[in-house]
Amino acid sequence: MLKFTFRGVRGSIASPGPKTVKYGGNTTCIEVRTDNELIILDAGTGIFPLSQTLFPEFPLTCHVFITHTHWDHIQGLPFFIPMFVAGNRVKIYGGQDPITGNGVQEVLSRQLEYAFFPIREAELSAELEYISLSENQVVNIGDAQVTNVLMNHPAINYGYKVTCGDKSLFFTGDHEWAYNIYDPDDDDYQLFEDHIAQKRKSIIDIVRGVDVLIVDTAYTDDEYPAKKGWGHGSFSSSIAMAREAGVKHCFFTHHEPTRSDEKLEKVFQDALDEHPNQSGDPEFYLAQEEFSFEL
Amino acid sequence: MDDIHQQLVQMVDKMPAFPGSVNKVLQMTSAIDCAPKDLVQVIEHDPVMMAKILKLVNSAYFGLSREITSIKHGVVFVGLNTIKNLAISIATMGMLPKTGPAGLDMNEFLLHSLGTASIAKLLGKRLGVTPDKATDYFVGGLLHDIGKVVFAQFMPQEMERALKRVESEGVSLSIAETIEIGADHAQLGGMLAEKWQLPHALVTCIKEHHSPELNNDSNKVLDCVIAANIIVKQVEFGSAGNLIEDRLPDRVSARFGMELYELQNSIRDLDEELEKANAFIRI
Ligand SMILES: [Zn+2]
Ligand SMILES: [Zn+2]
Repeated sequence: MLKFTFRGVRGSIASPGPKTVKYGGNTTCIEVRTDNELIILDAGTGIFPLSQTLFPEFPLTCHVFITHTHWDHIQGLPFFIPMFVAGNRVKIYGGQDPITGNGVQEVLSRQLEYAFFPIREAELSAELEYISLSENQVVNIGDAQVTNVLMNHPAINYGYKVTCGDKSLFFTGDHEWAYNIYDPDDDDYQLFEDHIAQKRKSIIDIVRGVDVLIVDTAYTDDEYPAKKGWGHGSFSSSIAMAREAGVKHCFFTHHEPTRSDEKLEKVFQDALDEHPNQSGDPEFYLAQEEFSFEL
Repeated sequence: MDDIHQQLVQMVDKMPAFPGSVNKVLQMTSAIDCAPKDLVQVIEHDPVMMAKILKLVNSAYFGLSREITSIKHGVVFVGLNTIKNLAISIATMGMLPKTGPAGLDMNEFLLHSLGTASIAKLLGKRLGVTPDKATDYFVGGLLHDIGKVVFAQFMPQEMERALKRVESEGVSLSIAETIEIGADHAQLGGMLAEKWQLPHALVTCIKEHHSPELNNDSNKVLDCVIAANIIVKQVEFGSAGNLIEDRLPDRVSARFGMELYELQNSIRDLDEELEKANAFIRI
């Protein structure tokens, strides 16, 4: 069994209020369940409402995979209640910061420093473990495997693939497809194109054939040019990725914080109209808080 | 050599880059609209930045499943922002002195490295390699003498004596370094490159650019770097403290089917390429 529930689908900053009630205002968090295991992808503010549902399972073991350490993906972690209760085991996985050499532990424990949070890391009662991942490392969790691939974002960002039996899902975290930094008449343009194609293939190869793709789709095609280089995808880039990888279901996420429910549905419909259904296309959906899907 | 190696490996992590590129990186990256290709170009013209960034992107932090052989390759595989931040972190370590304590003129050294890089790339293209592979030739030329800067920076007295010995006795720098230090810059550079997990072909270029006889398997990159290193000295473009040689090793001249002068004269665009390298570091 592989099942997931969106706990936060908003990008950049939490945006509660009457205009986002339907799709939700919490930042990124996805709860993934297999028969016996709890895997959590990202710890945005959505991890707090998730943690409210977990009391009946105490003492529990869970595995939190962080795509990258931008605030909207880790902000909820200090409020992840299982960490405060003895008997629970929380394993936190993520990439390393190549500039400082810091692993996921150093980055995350800074959040719990005195100036930012009243409880120190040493005071957390659960058993905490940090695991720094290198690219393509396979983590076995019960009958599931989690692998990663380095995506393109202004931070080290891993996309994660969760496989359980013959079911699989892939979550990009934040991702913008690399673009050419040279002009078409520059000598190095074609060389750079070749590198881009090679990198694209290495990502698509991992995503190919998954049942579910959950993909950063922050922008409309009209918005994208002004945000190029910010590290996020657009409806067109996400649809192209889903088609190329031959996935069955594709969920757009990382909704813009200023986008109301009404506007979100409108830009979604516009995108579908601009990309009429082709044979073999996946089902496309807007990621919605509390929405569950069993693969 | 092992002891020297151990000490140097640790010191090299703190080694700053060349003044021109440090200034350019700091200046460019303080503007929010810094053109990525300009930044890449600066890194590609500095042997220290190049070596350090290739080291990091090939390191276990990324654990990438493939070798990253150039800065452009790195930009695509680990992201522009990461490369930019690596460059900034190197730039903020300070800069190499214009004339090192060992008496090695860093500007001349840089010209020598860039000249070798440009010529090696031209030679590679002439042997018919693809643009993708031609980059390896450039990087091999740029980094072939990296061991010299490390000696000059961290063993200045010994290196100064070695440089003087070349002048007074007419021995090659490799011999002089071996007498004064116990190892030459090719051995040191090769060991560092291995330690840094740089791509294999690059390690060979650095390690064997003075000893083609060591290499049995035919290695085009190495042969081009050896030829370029000799040609750049012939045309007196920059200097890295070594003697001028007047012939190519046999295997290298066999590769091109000609002797040194013929090869040198047959390279079209030679002056133009060297002028480009010269202009770039003078901006
Ligand atoms: Zn984000
Ligand atoms: Zn982000």
